[in-house]
Amino acid sequence: MVPLFSAEGLSSLVFIFIVITTVLGAVIATHSERLIRAVTGLAICFIGVAGLYYYLNSPFLALMEMLIYVGAVCVTIVFAVMLADPNPKSEVGKGSIFTGPLSFSLGILLFWGLSALAGKTAWIPSSGTINDGSLEEVGRSLLTNYSMAFELISLVLLLAIIGALVLARRGRTQTGGES
Amino acid sequence: MSIPAFGDSLIIYLIIAALLFGIGFYGLVHRRTFIGMLIAGELILAGASINFMAFNRFLAPDPTVGQVFTLFIMGIAAAEAAIALSIIIAVYRNFRSIDADDVAELKG
Repeated sequence: MVPLFSAEGLSSLVFIFIVITTVLGAVIATHSERLIRAVTGLAICFIGVAGLYYYLNSPFLALMEMLIYVGAVCVTIVFAVMLADPNPKSEVGKGSIFTGPLSFSLGILLFWGLSALAGKTAWIPSSGTINDGSLEEVGRSLLTNYSMAFELISLVLLLAIIGALVLARRGRTQTGGES
Repeated sequence: MSIPAFGDSLIIYLIIAALLFGIGFYGLVHRRTFIGMLIAGELILAGASINFMAFNRFLAPDPTVGQVFTLFIMGIAAAEAAIALSIIIAVYRNFRSIDADDVAELKG
């Protein structure tokens, strides 16, 4: 316990705010009727996740989260909503047994199981760190220990770009080409 | 007045990650359109990333491993979103719908 009106207490208060932002954004993202609101909830949730990364000693990843997820992924999903969902009908509600109590209880069960597992395990803290985890160290290990994965993910991104172009272009070449 | 130091315990981050994962799974089962499923999938990936970052901060002897791993998850998630959205647009062009119930015919 730390006193409320100190640096630690105020940072703890901000942490609570960030957690509430994350969870609220996630609930909006899964539960709103219109897709565009779900995307907005996703953006709010990712802003909260960026704050959590900041609390986990990694301001670089917080910036990357804002840049990639909020700035790129959410905007791309907004474009897809604009292109593919011109007249939205009701998203939740009628349907099979999966939409409704079953999915809710599945989510609750998963959450309960994972958090019970996390609470019951005796985590052994590390006795010390071999570096300070700064951006320089991240870059060094990215280019030495993980250079193979780094190259492979560049290949994956290249293939994703080409594949997205090919898939989105098909059916556009001649008019009336769709079956 | 005093308040617990929430930002300094591993279990809180793990619970938040589990909550995001559960909400994402719920959305994945519960949503009916492909874009809604994609959004829920992004939530699941965010939960996994928070888990990695929490272990990295509290348990790992090398604090760069989790950050590198989370960066890779971000790259994979971006690629996945791009591919999935172009598939969704192609599906919309063929079926005039992005509802998962409407896309129910197999044709080469």
